[in-house]
Amino acid sequence: MSDHVESKGLYFAIFLALMVGTAITTAIAFVDLGVLNTPVALAIAVSKAMLVVLFFMHVRHSSTLTKVVVFGGTFWLALLIGVTMIDYISRGWLPQKEQGTQFSSQPPRL
Amino acid sequence: MADTTHTIDAGHGHHGHSLALRHHFASAEQQKEASTLGMWIFLVTEVMFFGGMFLAYVIYRTWYPGAFAAASRHLDITLGGFNTAVLIGSSLTMAMAVRAAQLGARRSLMIFLILTMVLGSVFLGVKGVEWHHKYVEHHIPGPNFHYDGPNAGNVQLFFSLYFGMTGLHAFHMVIGLGLLGTLLYFAWRGRYTAEYNTPVDLAGLYWHFVDIIWIFLFPLLYLIDRHTGGH
Repeated sequence: MSDHVESKGLYFAIFLALMVGTAITTAIAFVDLGVLNTPVALAIAVSKAMLVVLFFMHVRHSSTLTKVVVFGGTFWLALLIGVTMIDYISRGWLPQKEQGTQFSSQPPRL
Repeated sequence: MADTTHTIDAGHGHHGHSLALRHHFASAEQQKEASTLGMWIFLVTEVMFFGGMFLAYVIYRTWYPGAFAAASRHLDITLGGFNTAVLIGSSLTMAMAVRAAQLGARRSLMIFLILTMVLGSVFLGVKGVEWHHKYVEHHIPGPNFHYDGPNAGNVQLFFSLYFGMTGLHAFHMVIGLGLLGTLLYFAWRGRYTAEYNTPVDLAGLYWHFVDIIWIFLFPLLYLIDRHTGGH
């Protein structure tokens, strides 16, 4: 069997890194970074997720096919959110014809 | 299990039947790879499942940033942070359980499975407490929703996403607890060895995935614009 048995020490190290990441993301939420707050929070979350995927889920020792599937799922999500937001964020960018606009540039009021 | 030997296709020779190598696989490695791949395909469907709600969150937070920030401040960071630590800890114990299974260490495997289940249950207990807080504060969307402040409609939207996403996540945790309980039983029966521990491995993948979902839920729900003042 090509079972890679990771060491306990490595698992503990990853656990500590995840806890540090959690502490950092919580603390930094209280610091005004302007527009960078959200990207920083997401970057920390993505890093934590990568640690879990590569080490706890053993993807770093997995077959190339498995890695392709993992990447594919992530890429799909990036497309879902990215392309949808391209639509929403660009609304109202183009001048509308006078005869009524098909798509409102304003968000729906609830 | 009785050992039946078949002459299968040319090149296979005889196989005993074991859990690690069923007769329709060419090798134990291929069987393990197929199982792992199958689990990952399932997890990709889970990405699609949760992804829809994450997308809704992104859209509505983009539209209503003020209301989402105000609503986020009504969530308890201490409980949320504690739960994040608990869940990450449960991923550690789960990884240790898989490792124990790989080493054929039955007792360690059972202990780590139990620890993982305990931590998972703690997480669910804390979530119950948090949801109860929301109930008492009338922040559960529906006829009893009440919010003193601007943009109450959009705040209710945040809480709809909050309950939808943490609820779906908690549902996955409950399923995970069921899986782990089942594993615990079969581990106790001696089913998992260094040669065959695939179910433990796959349950680990599931559990870690649910942890990853929470790794994103925590900052997105609890930490929106916390630097801009209090309640």
